[in-house]
Amino acid sequence: MAAKPAKADKLFDKILIANRGEIALRVQRACREMGIKTVVVHSEADRDAKYVRLADESVCIGPPPSSQSYLHVPAIIAAAEVTDSQAIHPGYGFLSENADFADKVERSGFVFIGPRAETIRLMGDKVSAKVAMTKAGVPCVPGSEGALPDDAKEVVRIARAVGYPVIIKASGGGGGRGMRVVHTEAALMPAVTLTRSEAQAAFGNPTLYMEKFLTNPRHIEIQVLADEHKNAVYLFERDCSMQRRHQKIIEEAPAPGINARALSRIGERCADACRKIAYRGAGTFEFLYENGEFFFIEMNTRVQVEHPVTEAITGIDIVQQQILIAAGRKLAFRQRDVVARGHAIECRINAEDPFSFVPSPGRITSWHPPGGPGIRVDSHAYQNYFVPPYYDSMIGKVIAYGDSREQAIARMRIALSEMIVEGIKTNIPLHQELLLDDKFLQGGTSIHFLEQRMAKRKGAGPAVG
Amino acid sequence: MDLRKLKTLIELVETSGIAELEIQEGEERVRITRAHGGAAPLATTAPATQLVAVSGAGSPAAGANGGTPAEPAAAEGHVVKSPMVGTFYRSATPGSKPFVEVGDTIAEGATLCIVEAMKLMNEIEADKAGVVKAILTENGQPVEFGQPLFVIA
Repeated sequence: MAAKPAKADKLFDKILIANRGEIALRVQRACREMGIKTVVVHSEADRDAKYVRLADESVCIGPPPSSQSYLHVPAIIAAAEVTDSQAIHPGYGFLSENADFADKVERSGFVFIGPRAETIRLMGDKVSAKVAMTKAGVPCVPGSEGALPDDAKEVVRIARAVGYPVIIKASGGGGGRGMRVVHTEAALMPAVTLTRSEAQAAFGNPTLYMEKFLTNPRHIEIQVLADEHKNAVYLFERDCSMQRRHQKIIEEAPAPGINARALSRIGERCADACRKIAYRGAGTFEFLYENGEFFFIEMNTRVQVEHPVTEAITGIDIVQQQILIAAGRKLAFRQRDVVARGHAIECRINAEDPFSFVPSPGRITSWHPPGGPGIRVDSHAYQNYFVPPYYDSMIGKVIAYGDSREQAIARMRIALSEMIVEGIKTNIPLHQELLLDDKFLQGGTSIHFLEQRMAKRKGAGPAVG
Repeated sequence: MDLRKLKTLIELVETSGIAELEIQEGEERVRITRAHGGAAPLATTAPATQLVAVSGAGSPAAGANGGTPAEPAAAEGHVVKSPMVGTFYRSATPGSKPFVEVGDTIAEGATLCIVEAMKLMNEIEADKAGVVKAILTENGQPVEFGQPLFVIA
């Protein structure tokens, strides 16, 4: 059967990487392997980044603040113009889930490596995302079934029907931002009012919705890939429950201790949803998992920080798949060809105090990454690299792969003991503690585990265990 | 060996930079060794592998061009840098007279060039009055944020 002709017979000649840090290096590596030239845009603070030096071309797009550089759409589009790039890869964060940016990119004649703008818009609005998912047969967290009305009486009624505790969320938010938990009716309306004004200020959108607050869920997400030819597959799941303030710290694949059939069922639903909404590219469906049930919370329409653990167990290069899909290629494999082997764990290495979480930018005077079987290090840092204070604190990721979860954990312990980062503080000591924690070793800890553990630790005094 | 000869040998070792000198004359042998190594230990020299020349403060204020070395020492004066990414044009339209030439006296606010991006022409104005000493890039070349364009003195 004749497949629709690919947009280009060859892949792109040149891709502009509109991001920074480890993901810019990651995308660059994927491009280089595919023989695609890279253009890297950077702020003045990232002039000496490793991937800037390795790029075929680099363009300084602004001063250090993100709003004037990595978020400055005209500068990025202009950079693509002057370098004659064909496509733009937005990485994660920054403009990667900005529908207007995706729109402008395509209107300016470039390929946006990601879903269509309208899909980003659909999933970016958390209320419409839930409606779309419910329609597509993906189970969601019970809640307000739509935006919260202005009428206080109605809001109280909805909360009673959902059952306390409830969580108020901003439709324009996501990723842990713009949320508030409410335990009693007395606290409800003040919380709604506050969250609404915060949402307006932060996202320019005061729309809220309500969900049942699950007390002890795990964060389980499903990775998907979908091409422009109606093919969609799921690449199994990841467990990202180890979080602090909604920021993931450790991720793993597969998720320990979950019924395989339940997982393949939910994976199928996600792939199906992709076909229904004509999703294009890589994406992740995020769920809360409690008492054997999956509840959809949101979808990330981009590559995620923790994609390496899925790459480790499936052998599929997700960033390259993004590029192939954007070039109009058909997925080269079917669902039955996607097989998971072994277990992978990722530790996010942040430039911060391991227990107070105070950021620690500055010069890395000594950098010695780990190695050995099953160890992958994704980092843009190097000896004498100056970690800038303007951006998030993640300086790299260490991924350990093994035939079993136990082996992956053992390898990660060894790797972190070998790793040297001097000149700044990192959260490596925190990881080392967690990798010895009984509950973590058992597996299946909830999204509240880490914060509860930290609270206990504070209470117990400085050195624990 | 008499003392004067010894003194000469000692001075020789001191001034020559040799670490050690041994002389045998008949059955007499003298060895003179430098007591304190003149060369600094390797550890304290600037590391040869240092890739980054970022100043201690960290965020470079100057917007020097990526691949080129320090700003051109040739022309001294006020450097006008590009405030945006785009394509540099010396004149308003192709073929028309350039806005400025080297040697022109210009007032503050005078249009120096155009940087075009996304089909929009942006006039770049002089933020200082003076004489155009140097034009640092060529017509039609892409420019990045902070790239030096003109020197005005």
